[in-house]
Amino acid sequence: MSGQPYRLPANVGSGTTGRILDRSRRIAFSFDGKSLSGHPGDTVASALFANGIRLVGRSFKYHRPRGVIGSGADEPNALISVGESGRHEPNQRATQVELYDGLVSKSQNNWPNLKFDIGQINSKFSRLIPAGFYYKTFMWPQSAWMFYEHFIRNAAGLGTAASEPDPDTYEHMHATCDVLVVGGGVAGLAAAQSAAAAGARVMVVDECARLGGLADSSSGLIESSPQTEWVQSTVSTLAAAENVHLMTRTIAAGHYHHNWCLLLERVTDHDPSLAIQGAPRHRLWKVRANQIVMATGALERPLTFANNDRPGVLLASAARIYVNRYGVSPGRRGVVFTNNDDAYQTALDLTRAGVPLARVVDVRTDPRGELVEEARAAGIEVVTGMAVTNVDTVAAGAKIQSVKVAPYKAGSRIGGREERIECDFVAVSGGWNPAVHLYCHTSGKVKFDEDLQSFKPDRSFDQITPVGAANGTYDLDGLISEASNTGAAVAKKAVGSKVKRSKSDRPLASSPKAGKLEPVWFVPATGALNEGNKHFVDFQNDVTAADLELAAREGYRSVEHIKRYTTLGMATDQGKTSNINALGVLTGALQSAIPQIGTTTFRPPYTPISFGAIAGTNAGNRFLVVRRTPPYEWHCENRADFEPIGQWRRPYCYPKPGDSRHDAINREILSVRNEVGLLDASTLGKIELKGPDAAKLLDRVYTNTFSTLKVGKGRYGLMLNEEGFLMDDGVTVRLADDHFLMHTTSGGADRIAGWLEEWLQTEWSDLKVYVTPVTEQWAQFAIAGPNARNVLENLDGDIDFSADSFEFMSMKVGRLTGYPVRAFRISFSGELSYEIATPSNFGHSLWLALLEAGENHGIQAYGTEALHVLRAEKGFIVVGDESDGTVTPLDLGLGWAVSKKKDDYIGKRSLERAYLAAPKRKQLVGLLTQDPQEVLPDGAYAVAELKDKPPMEMIGQVTSAYWSPTVGRSIAMALIKDGRNRLGDVVDFPLDNGKVVKATIVDPVFYDKEGAKQNV
Amino acid sequence: MLMITCPVCGAEGDETDFHCGGQAHISRPASTDPHNVSDDAQRDYLYIRNNPKGLHREMWMCARGCGKWFHAERDTVTLEFKSYYGITESAPPSSSPNPAASKTTKKKSAGR
Repeated sequence: MSGQPYRLPANVGSGTTGRILDRSRRIAFSFDGKSLSGHPGDTVASALFANGIRLVGRSFKYHRPRGVIGSGADEPNALISVGESGRHEPNQRATQVELYDGLVSKSQNNWPNLKFDIGQINSKFSRLIPAGFYYKTFMWPQSAWMFYEHFIRNAAGLGTAASEPDPDTYEHMHATCDVLVVGGGVAGLAAAQSAAAAGARVMVVDECARLGGLADSSSGLIESSPQTEWVQSTVSTLAAAENVHLMTRTIAAGHYHHNWCLLLERVTDHDPSLAIQGAPRHRLWKVRANQIVMATGALERPLTFANNDRPGVLLASAARIYVNRYGVSPGRRGVVFTNNDDAYQTALDLTRAGVPLARVVDVRTDPRGELVEEARAAGIEVVTGMAVTNVDTVAAGAKIQSVKVAPYKAGSRIGGREERIECDFVAVSGGWNPAVHLYCHTSGKVKFDEDLQSFKPDRSFDQITPVGAANGTYDLDGLISEASNTGAAVAKKAVGSKVKRSKSDRPLASSPKAGKLEPVWFVPATGALNEGNKHFVDFQNDVTAADLELAAREGYRSVEHIKRYTTLGMATDQGKTSNINALGVLTGALQSAIPQIGTTTFRPPYTPISFGAIAGTNAGNRFLVVRRTPPYEWHCENRADFEPIGQWRRPYCYPKPGDSRHDAINREILSVRNEVGLLDASTLGKIELKGPDAAKLLDRVYTNTFSTLKVGKGRYGLMLNEEGFLMDDGVTVRLADDHFLMHTTSGGADRIAGWLEEWLQTEWSDLKVYVTPVTEQWAQFAIAGPNARNVLENLDGDIDFSADSFEFMSMKVGRLTGYPVRAFRISFSGELSYEIATPSNFGHSLWLALLEAGENHGIQAYGTEALHVLRAEKGFIVVGDESDGTVTPLDLGLGWAVSKKKDDYIGKRSLERAYLAAPKRKQLVGLLTQDPQEVLPDGAYAVAELKDKPPMEMIGQVTSAYWSPTVGRSIAMALIKDGRNRLGDVVDFPLDNGKVVKATIVDPVFYDKEGAKQNV
Repeated sequence: MLMITCPVCGAEGDETDFHCGGQAHISRPASTDPHNVSDDAQRDYLYIRNNPKGLHREMWMCARGCGKWFHAERDTVTLEFKSYYGITESAPPSSSPNPAASKTTKKKSAGR
């Protein structure tokens, strides 16, 4: 374990450093296999700084060496992988990963290792990789994309996903509150305090482990004491209040309509031992807040100068946070480069902590803010009207040696004598951007503030109120006043409380009066090698100022287009540090002003949230509800090979020991054709329709007529949608004059019940019909095959199954071996077939009784695949196989089931539309392959004319194809253009693998065309 | 995530507890005179929908509650539900006939 050479002593001169650090304990962690140490309180970023490690990653496109820039959510560079095997998680911001004992972290986007990275060569060829490189290069030829893609996927990438299953658990929480305060800095706490005092139920969330925001690192006093003291007392008051819920390590990831907020609470990331004890790793909170106070603070922006991405260039606020909070120095000797007063706080804090500062370089010619004066008084050397123009490095760009500074004039002009300053880090500040993300997730609009040179919240239709820095209010007293008043006001809106407030209800604060900021969007480099220097705007995506200018030169005008063309502001940081600087660069390139250019769209999440949290407990066997039919246990005991049909599990086939699936299916089919088979058809959709207008409703939803159906009889019906396309089919039987039982497809049961309700409620509210889905109330079994009647007659009961008494398409109610049943004589196999339905509770017993009764008749259970082959041999359609939402009954040759007499039914008028009534539409036909052993793949395309390679004109597709043991060859159904006029033609089916299958178009009924087998 | 109150059973829930049926008050030409529906009328009925900025009258169904359909008036700019009314009722006289006027309407409380 090495030492921590950059760790500062706890007490230096008048100040303290490492405020949150527990220096009494050392904890071990590793980075890229190297054993290092830190202290409780450290983040990975601060611990790496302490250990003198500046190089933490390689950039996305050019593989340039990169270091930590920020101290929080905005970090674009320091993305690391944390954890091992199933707990490995890529793309974590090192600035937000809290250190724990044994933490294993790795750098990303480098190969073979961080110090020597082959991809770095991209830097040398960077002129060949301009903005829009992928779009320009990989357009043509299309076939080469596979090659390019391989290269791109290997070269790019932001870490790898875990290859093992995630062992942790996640959960979802639901909550409501009167006031949700997002951000636990000074503004958030002040707002929470006044809202809570007004009696509102308040939730306060903050992404950090500790509340207080930047109170420990910004200038100003509250009640004449350091801000941290006020934070401490306020937090303890709030924590004790019953109506306040404080949440740390929680990000407000998204704000959605009607004040619905998505929070991610990281419960165990800082201490994985909690997860091992059973705590969920993350909680996803879904919070409905009456009012939201957005106290999300502001994000500092860097400055755009040559080689501003070198490790050691970091945000001024981050520099002082590392000193104040974590007790680490960002380097041995620094330069502060700024266009505003705030960076002087960094200069002061660093100087107090004994970190040597070479210079403060300020672009302003005459800065006069109070902090500037304080810095001068403290003996800090300040140069004005100057800019850092370039960074000189050693160690292949990984270590800063010095910076160049030169006189700067407004309008990004550099002139005069250049000077070199030795240093190894540069703290930069280009001003602050209010973190308006949440405000914009729904309808919030922002406006550009000329003084701040940033966008701030303007108006929103949602109940979200920005306060403090998030609202562009940086003056401490103004900020507290604004937050405190807002907290009271929104509490009043939410709970209607009337609390008298006076000025003394809020703490008084004071902060140094700040001078004006000078916008600087681009600092040109000096010297002959200007062209080779890169001015980075977006560090995470390697977008330079030159890329943006190129996009503008190539004609891009909309910032949304420029974003997508250059990849500006994409990926995990979503441009938190880059967006405004990019707009600034574009003002020059587009000869426009920032308010006219506008921002890109802010979308949730604010920072990435884990997939585990999104899934919550809905994983593994809780992912989906499973519906089981009554004989489910029997199916399991008899080695059923299940297939999912929606939420149902249905036996696909029942292989016997030694059987292949194919063997089992053929055996099951032949047993139906030659003896008898038993099918569990319980999943079949069943809907009862009852009421004086039930028949009228059926006439309107089916293409054929049901009002003429006699009690005890059934009829096959086709249901269309209003566009005229087939959407469901099935047999409906009349139980009584005013009572029908509708059968739907298994998958359609719920949908069709909803569909009927919709029509009854919204269009035909005059019809008196109750619609009752009863699918799960009944078990239903098909007994099919020549011996079917014998099996049923073997059982005690009061139903006469004889041919004379029990006609095809009729039903009887009675008892079978003691169970109440509804018996239907219907057939989906073309064999003599009955379907017996009994209340679900009797289903399992009746199933066993039927098997026993059929034992001497060769009964076998058959599954869904046998069912499908049996129906295909007969040319019966399956909705969803032969139809796909663009198919009419006439296309399927089912015109006989479409009434020409009825005035109206759903879809009738649409069937008359020219396109649907046109001849030569794709029509259902049968196919016999020339090689009888060859089974066509489902979906294979038929072509008009065979060519060497695509494109070929497509004239149809295979809808079902099987091996038929009954006819002893392959059979298929297909939708072929003008197919019914092409019987006997041979068509070509070129397959994916280059093979061409030839098949003859035939009638789709392959077996027992005259229907003799079920007519017994 | 819109908040909706079912005017039939009174259940209050998220939009995922309900089902949106789209634009309301579209008359079905075939229901009045099935033999005289022009192609244009059928096309408009099937496919042509308003996309207003402002007041939109739409159908919703209380999917995880009572199962009943109802009508709602919703402002597509502010996403505020202005009113609910029965599925058999015709459209109420508009409270803000000019959709642009709703741009500056402030909501009274979240989710109502």
